[in-house]
Amino acid sequence: MDTTAEQRSARRLSFNILRYNPQDPASRPAVQRFVLEEADGMTLYLALTEIRETQAPSLQFDFVCRAGICGSCGMLINGRPGLACRTLTRDLPADISLAPLPVFELIGDLSVNTGRWMRAMSERLEAWVHSQAAEDLEAMEEVMEPELAEQIYELERCIECGCCIAGCGTVRMREDFIGAVGMNQIARFRLDPRDERSDQDLYQLVGDDDGVFGCLSLLGCHDVCPKSLSLQTQIAFLRRKMLRSALER
Amino acid sequence: MLSLVPAKRSHSAAAQGGMQASLANTILGEGDNEDVHFADTIKGSDWGADQEVVRMFVETAPKAVRELANWGVPWNRVQRGERHVVISGQKKTICERDEAHGLITARNFGGTKKWRTSYVSDGTGHSMLYAVSNQAIAHQIPVHERMEAMSLMHDGGKCFGAIARNLITGELVAYVAKATVIATGGFGRLYRVSTNAVINEGMGAAIALETGIASLGNMEAIQFHPTGIFPAAILVTEGCRGDGGVLLDAQRHRFMPDYEPEKKELASRDVVSRRMEEHIAKGHGVESHYGEHVWLDITLLGEAHINKNLREVKEICQYFLGIDPTRELIPVRPAQHYSMGGVRTDHRGESPTLRGLFACGEAACWDMHGFNRLGGNSVAETVVAGMIVGEYVADYCDDPANGIDISSGLIGEFWQREDAALDALVKSQGKERAIDLSNRMKDIMTDRVGIFRNGEDLQRAVDELQTLLVRSRDIGIEEKTRAANPELVAAYRAGRMLKLALCVAYGALQRTESRGAHYRQDHPRRDDKNWLRRTLATWVDPDDGLPSLDYEALDVMKMEMPPGWRGYGPEDHIEHPQTAIRSQEIEDIRQRLASTGREEREAAIMSFRHLLPAQLRGHNARLGETD
Repeated sequence: MDTTAEQRSARRLSFNILRYNPQDPASRPAVQRFVLEEADGMTLYLALTEIRETQAPSLQFDFVCRAGICGSCGMLINGRPGLACRTLTRDLPADISLAPLPVFELIGDLSVNTGRWMRAMSERLEAWVHSQAAEDLEAMEEVMEPELAEQIYELERCIECGCCIAGCGTVRMREDFIGAVGMNQIARFRLDPRDERSDQDLYQLVGDDDGVFGCLSLLGCHDVCPKSLSLQTQIAFLRRKMLRSALER
Repeated sequence: MLSLVPAKRSHSAAAQGGMQASLANTILGEGDNEDVHFADTIKGSDWGADQEVVRMFVETAPKAVRELANWGVPWNRVQRGERHVVISGQKKTICERDEAHGLITARNFGGTKKWRTSYVSDGTGHSMLYAVSNQAIAHQIPVHERMEAMSLMHDGGKCFGAIARNLITGELVAYVAKATVIATGGFGRLYRVSTNAVINEGMGAAIALETGIASLGNMEAIQFHPTGIFPAAILVTEGCRGDGGVLLDAQRHRFMPDYEPEKKELASRDVVSRRMEEHIAKGHGVESHYGEHVWLDITLLGEAHINKNLREVKEICQYFLGIDPTRELIPVRPAQHYSMGGVRTDHRGESPTLRGLFACGEAACWDMHGFNRLGGNSVAETVVAGMIVGEYVADYCDDPANGIDISSGLIGEFWQREDAALDALVKSQGKERAIDLSNRMKDIMTDRVGIFRNGEDLQRAVDELQTLLVRSRDIGIEEKTRAANPELVAAYRAGRMLKLALCVAYGALQRTESRGAHYRQDHPRRDDKNWLRRTLATWVDPDDGLPSLDYEALDVMKMEMPPGWRGYGPEDHIEHPQTAIRSQEIEDIRQRLASTGREEREAAIMSFRHLLPAQLRGHNARLGETD
């Protein structure tokens, strides 16, 4: 075990990073190569930080929690969307290519504006609990079945990292497609009894080709979701429910 | 609202374990109420907290949990009937009441008498943050993302907003406001070994300090969390121990009961962290490539429990350690975790010295944690402070006396000052690299201003930090652009972080006692006689090499709970001369008013309800309580 670790830590890693700064009129997209000695337990967070500190002070990327929780650091890692902070270099070949997530507005190098996209998605789907109930904060809370609370949390684990959007085929053809992240939101609020919206209300939001009926079922989203959300099941279920709700109208 | 990152990326998302509120729904929380939560928090703070503020907090926490429930947080719920739990390493069966079925449940956390921590699996902070953020979207509150406040605009007495830098374009914008609220979290990244997110560099506190008028309270009060995974220092929740996990040494011996026979792994964080380091120092640590650590064992909780209630922990172990915590031990060692100190405010969240400047949450010191925060009281504080301070900010803005009385000339001056400073930095021929200075600072803070402190190390830390601060005035950068430029960001933050680090180190050097998380090997006893007071740091002149320290006494004669023993840790504090007098006084009041209602007793001992916004003054309903 130790010798393997030693051998591994002796690897020289090549990072081929797609760089482009849209703020700078002189900048052209180009792949720049950086070489680092691999360290034990090295993550892409640690590697990129070291590259910035020692070789490329202008290199742009986003990390916040560096623990796989906040969803800031989605990028294409050898072509596949994933969270960079929790990707260990030992699980990658010595040649590592990094590129920003597609679809989202590019801020620079590996940094993309997922925040703006997600806010627009939330506004469009009205992704919050819609309730007319008067709030009495001194009273006992409404009861909820323990299992239901757990089921809602299952869907709420989404961290809006954007990997599902980057891995989505449909979104390439339909710019306004809400993607798996959006459909998961609908599934989450549909399940929540505190949200008073009916299936019909939700149908108004997602019952078209930019919503549940646009999905081509390629399910790249499901494969790349870092939180292993049951996106495939949610999409299929939602489509069935929305179809029924359309027929009942 | 300005935010360094999209709001849902904020560090609150990493708060896994839960939020304390005395709902008393679970059978193991039966009998809990605001009084018990209050006492736990004061003991946790080692009597450093402001007792009125703690009262306001514990009264509001149940309301906050219930409001969040209305907003969609899927709090875990009580399941009626028998269930298996692990308490102090022992499997036990408890029986939840029928009438509690479906109400918000709670888990156990350190330093608490009752099971009081409401939770959502181990993604509590995530769910809370998303619920609040979704409400902001519902109310169409604009969030200007990737904006960094660079300085506060003020006229010497009142604050009128901030000069902010767009981190994408580099543009400088003056945000002129009646009231300005700093809610920027803590400053853990002053330390090399910290559980904090990489954005937690304390810039909110730093720009308040740089006004020269606002003060920072108790900056030396830094919490170290017992269970950062080793060596990456990523947090695994206190819920691991709350749910029954134990700490083991190299011999797989459970050592905490040897030191803390009563609370064991669930003493307060400062105590557990010190005991772990003490045990490692005695030679019982587990050797590894990166140094020594101890083990956290949650295998006894069973796979089903871990998969359901501790899955973030499981993911972190899988991804960062390559281990399966349902079968294997987790290497842990204490890591910097929380900043009890911050922008000093009154109970309304406003700076007493710079009007119109408010602060709340970890960025603030109003001061509800004193010298040690209890687990589960941080995200609880964020929402409670949002409810309380938010009301007072609204009141402040509604008051016609608080107009935007700042001249455009002065706004221009502040803008130009920032603009000139950034230009100078970009053009500087300086020889220093920001990253070298801040890396050195982080080492100093971790090595000399850590869990165990002493006068000699602290003096060396202060001396070297001062040298680094001087050197920071000669920083140069390679990448000469004012637009998006991480090197420029590191350059202008370095000096600010060093000022904060000096507030911490110098405050710790001057405080010759041990209290809560501030532990002085050369002054190991808590000294209420001389140190029952809050440190206030200001940075009067930008060219000063050290903060100016002042002290604010805590008034024992106004306390509801005069200083005593915490119930864990050593029992050797130096008593305040008024403690006995006040204790007697309270005893007399209790006897005299024994037959009266709670309200009267409350008012006679320490009146606080009037300090709350009117709509938050009501009593919280509880199961079986008829009031």
